[in-house]
Amino acid sequence: MFNKTPCAVAIGTALMVIFSADVMAADSAELQKIHNEIQQLKENYEARIQSLETRLKDAEAFAAKADDKASQVASAPVSGPPSGANSFNPAISLVLSGTYSNLSQDPANYRITGYVPSGDIGPGKRGFSLAESELGVYANIDPDFYGGLNFAMHPDNTASVEEAFVQTIGLKRGLTFKAGRYFSGIGYLNEQHAHVWDFVDNPLAYQAFLGTQLGEDGLQVKWLAPTDTYLELGAEIGRGRSFPGSDRDKNGAGASTIFAHAGGDVGINQSWRAGLSFLQTSPQNRQYSVIDAAGDTVKNAFTGNSGLWIADFVWKYAPNGDPAFSNFKLQGEYLRRREDGNLAYKVDTSPVISSYASAQSGWYVQGVYQFVPHWRVGLRTERLSSGGVDYGVNNANLLRPDYIPTKNSVMVDYSPSEFSRLRLQLAQDKSRQGAADNQVFLQYIMSLGAHGAHIY
Amino acid sequence: MKNSVLIAFSIMFLGLAQGASAALNVFACEPEWGALVQELGGDKVSIYTATTAMQDPHRIQARPSLIARARSADLLVCTGSELEIGWLPILLRQSGNDAIQPGKAGYFEAANYVQMLEKPTRLDRAEGDVHPGGNPHIQTDPRNILLVANALLPRLTQIDHNNAAYYEARHKAFADRWKSALQRWEKEAVPLKGLPIIVQHKGFPYMENWLGLKEVAALEPKPGVEPTSSHLAEVLSQVQSQKVAVIIRAAYNDGRASDWLAERAKIHALALPFTVGGSEKATDLFGLYEDTIQRLLSAIK
Repeated sequence: MFNKTPCAVAIGTALMVIFSADVMAADSAELQKIHNEIQQLKENYEARIQSLETRLKDAEAFAAKADDKASQVASAPVSGPPSGANSFNPAISLVLSGTYSNLSQDPANYRITGYVPSGDIGPGKRGFSLAESELGVYANIDPDFYGGLNFAMHPDNTASVEEAFVQTIGLKRGLTFKAGRYFSGIGYLNEQHAHVWDFVDNPLAYQAFLGTQLGEDGLQVKWLAPTDTYLELGAEIGRGRSFPGSDRDKNGAGASTIFAHAGGDVGINQSWRAGLSFLQTSPQNRQYSVIDAAGDTVKNAFTGNSGLWIADFVWKYAPNGDPAFSNFKLQGEYLRRREDGNLAYKVDTSPVISSYASAQSGWYVQGVYQFVPHWRVGLRTERLSSGGVDYGVNNANLLRPDYIPTKNSVMVDYSPSEFSRLRLQLAQDKSRQGAADNQVFLQYIMSLGAHGAHIY
Repeated sequence: MKNSVLIAFSIMFLGLAQGASAALNVFACEPEWGALVQELGGDKVSIYTATTAMQDPHRIQARPSLIARARSADLLVCTGSELEIGWLPILLRQSGNDAIQPGKAGYFEAANYVQMLEKPTRLDRAEGDVHPGGNPHIQTDPRNILLVANALLPRLTQIDHNNAAYYEARHKAFADRWKSALQRWEKEAVPLKGLPIIVQHKGFPYMENWLGLKEVAALEPKPGVEPTSSHLAEVLSQVQSQKVAVIIRAAYNDGRASDWLAERAKIHALALPFTVGGSEKATDLFGLYEDTIQRLLSAIK
């Protein structure tokens, strides 16, 4: 067989020989020219190869970059939510709450013996009733302000504005201003909405001295110290419309507060907060009804100064600082009020105006223990001191009982999720002299909508 | 009273005269971001990490100590995707610190820079604790760490441009080390591909995606809802039919449900570090993934 390859080689060699012979035949100038051309060609190719290499390197680097991303599922950027007219709607949260109460004493004649009635207080209605349901609408207004409204729907088909405020966000240097209607920053419990209370009702001391909770129409400024330990100072000036103040037609402020809170962690398991607050109001013609020494229901009115000190502390324990499984919370507050001024006895009929001075105090201590997820038990004990009350010449007309109102409560609650809670509370309320009220409450608290963050 | 108010105000304004400290104050919501900022920031940053690996990041309380630290932060680095919705908004509102408000350079959400998984198609609380933006536990995939590092670098240089070159150099060094570590981990983790697993909380979709693990079931019937005995019984029957090798949980999860199941099904229950500090070996980001892979490998030996 004739092999093709040796044949091709032979032909090639022959051609080369002919060609070289040809070149040799040409003159040296021609040779130089060819040499130059080859050199040029070579340089040209080298430059092109170099540029190709650079491009390849770039592509590799790009691919590596893309790899970081592509090794994730897809590299498409996250698409935002669809826009619409309602996409700027504020966070809306609705808290639904209802109670069943079994009370051994008639709540209609609830009072705290030895204390001036402070408004709408007491254990509420017997039987089934709606507890306070709340509708809250909150949002950032713009980069500088945050605001919101909280409506409270009461069992008797009335609604009230619990909060309607605007506040600065991210003002520099730890400053925050708040204006409108808000829960005053005094004490520990005062700022908390009813749905986060650990018991069905607020402590006796809050009921006696603050009419359950101090809401204020006014202006608040808070300053947070630039320290690793939490230190917050605050002051408020406001209308002073609610107890212990009284609404009136007056320019300027009717109430002012100052408060300081400190707090921090102890190790990883414990945290605490303690505070001291002072509320100053000057009620004018603050009217109330009371049973006098003769047994008649009379209307009195107080005008003067009222000053309330509150010392509060809360201590929380959670293993590893993780409250999800179990945790314990101990809190207590001490309230002390001094009032002096004039008291008009029988203000509607035949007023007897006399000097008035009182110094009264009260405290509560409570512990709440979550022993397994979802389940908590709580114990609260509280006591008021009747203290010293001096009606001046009206000492003959008005009772000054020497009585110490007390109350003990125990509760257990079950929270299937962080949005729902069912609670049973038993209490013995001895705020009325000679009439211990045995109370049983069943309560549900459910929150719908926006996932509200809770304060400490 | 008027005097005391005046005194209070003067104390406040005295406080305003306070100067800022030298190092960049960084508030990290979770340990992994604290560790990452440490890698990029070196000794130019002072980091406060708000939570530990033993704490459920969903259930943190807005403690006074956290508010105090948010007050002095120059940069806040958090996961986002509503992981911190139960506590971070309070810190931001009470901090009186404009540098770390959303929209500012000092507010950094890591979840914005990675591809989110498990975006819910149905937003309803009946589905449990779902996050509208997707599953927030992005740190279980180390590739996400690099993406977040790349996004974090410009923030650091923007806030502290005097040290820009320093951050860039550290970022480059970190990225190089990270890429080679990634290759190593992926090689080591090859035997894990296709491994059927059960998770306690749906906290590992990114890790599953990275290593090719197959999630068969979750002990929590719905995200954030504690395991119930009836649901556990259901999962037990699934284990038997689908040859599950291992039950995994995060260090902060209560181990009883997974131990119960592991004992009955005769399979391993593994506590993974989940984040930096979640195990003895997970002292930094490298240790976190090394230990995670070693623990997973130990289950299939």
